[in-house]
Amino acid sequence: MVAAENRTVLPKLRLDHVGKVFESDGKTVSVLDDLSLDVAEGEFICLVGPSGCGKSTLLNLIGGFLALSSGAILIDGEAVLGPDPRRILVFQERGVFPWLTVEGNIGFGLGKLTPFERRQRIAHYVQLVQLSGFEHSYPADLSGGMQQRLQVARALAVDPDILYLDEPFGALDSVTRLVMRQELLRIWQTERRTIIFVTHDIDEAVQLADRVVVLSSRPAKIQEVVTIDLPRPRNISAPRYLELRDQLLDSIGLAHAI
Amino acid sequence: MRSLAKPSAWEKFFWPLLTAGVLLIAWRYSVVWTGTKVFPSPALVAHGFVELVHKHVLWKDIGDSLRRVALGYGAAVLTGIPIGLALGWYPALNQVVNPVVQILRPISPLAWIPVAIILFGIGDPAAVFLIFLSAFFPIVVGCAGSVSSVPSIYRRAGRNFGFSPLQVLTKVVFPAALPQILVSLRIALGVAWLVVVAAEMIAVDSGLGYLVIDSRNSGKRYDLVVAAMLTIGVIGLALDIIFRRLEKLRSLRWGFRHES
Repeated sequence: MVAAENRTVLPKLRLDHVGKVFESDGKTVSVLDDLSLDVAEGEFICLVGPSGCGKSTLLNLIGGFLALSSGAILIDGEAVLGPDPRRILVFQERGVFPWLTVEGNIGFGLGKLTPFERRQRIAHYVQLVQLSGFEHSYPADLSGGMQQRLQVARALAVDPDILYLDEPFGALDSVTRLVMRQELLRIWQTERRTIIFVTHDIDEAVQLADRVVVLSSRPAKIQEVVTIDLPRPRNISAPRYLELRDQLLDSIGLAHAI
Repeated sequence: MRSLAKPSAWEKFFWPLLTAGVLLIAWRYSVVWTGTKVFPSPALVAHGFVELVHKHVLWKDIGDSLRRVALGYGAAVLTGIPIGLALGWYPALNQVVNPVVQILRPISPLAWIPVAIILFGIGDPAAVFLIFLSAFFPIVVGCAGSVSSVPSIYRRAGRNFGFSPLQVLTKVVFPAALPQILVSLRIALGVAWLVVVAAEMIAVDSGLGYLVIDSRNSGKRYDLVVAAMLTIGVIGLALDIIFRRLEKLRSLRWGFRHES
């Protein structure tokens, strides 16, 4: 046990002095400045920070949708050079394909499987995200929460080792959001994946994450990494919960009173 | 006709029929009151229609017009969709080609008639060419626009699942753009049907357009002219209805939600 803990394990994801500069009208704007972070396999990381600080930009860099300006992003020791089906990005809204049914959406990335495997995989994920009975429905006939569950199912169906979620519940009402968090944790606990979850909601971060990474305002640096040492299921009235929440509010620079 | 209530089944037919009936009555009495000898009454037109059917010219003319539209419009669909998709998919290509398209597009197909006659002579190919031109530009412009308005989120999702650019185009961008592509196809079909009549008045000696001009030229048979005109209108409506049916297909309806 001790030996295993001492062994240096390759991190699942490593940000190595990551920087991103955008150029517009001949001016350069620095968005991300020298970010370094190691994420362990199976870890649930929340990225929080003031709006417009570059959280989504960072997620798009990690996902390979944008090119780095400096530094490196390594997954299992390999540099990220572009989007990769082994890591799927879940968008805030309108990420599912409206011309495909629930089944069609979940099966979207499964072209390489045999029809039998494909059907089985679809059935499994329909059940996992509790969309049974809606297999042949189109997204327009689903609620916002169901669409997001569908998007998560479509992402999980291709068996990725990392999920990137870009404010996935940001467009939902507060009650649905709470239910979706429980759902996500349930799914994460049954099908362990590494998760990088961008949110602007401090409570969401404290409820979900193993560690919360706080970004500063532009150009964003990592201001603080807070380990959420609360056992799951988490009691959101526990003193320790409130303490961690206050610590994060302080870190972002928000007042505790309204 | 309460505006918020859903019209019941009989209302859907009753009110349009009533409108048509009122117009027919207005037509009849304006002919009677003005005492015109040139313009036919509804009854005369109905007689003319029966005459056309009995002389077996009407079906042949309808068939000829539809055939020309099928050829010209079909060619425009087959060439216009891939070209439009390519222009929408490669913005650099679009920048090169778009100015030419924008200059050619506003030219009425009728202005091409002399060119069509020089190229193809008097006859079917000239008419088909004019119909092709009239449908080609709306389809190209509509398809290019529909591709560039596909949300980038869909493309990114396609890339994320490991699709090649060609796969993203065929499996993501094309279905995403399809509702808008269909709208441009429907508009183009309407234009093609307008142009076939004009083309047939000049370039050929059959078809509904020819029937209109021939009925006037050979004996000033205005009853036949109006009968042919109404036939043109009814067929145009039928084509449009068929297309709208297509847009209501289950897998396409998502894109037309705002219309329902």
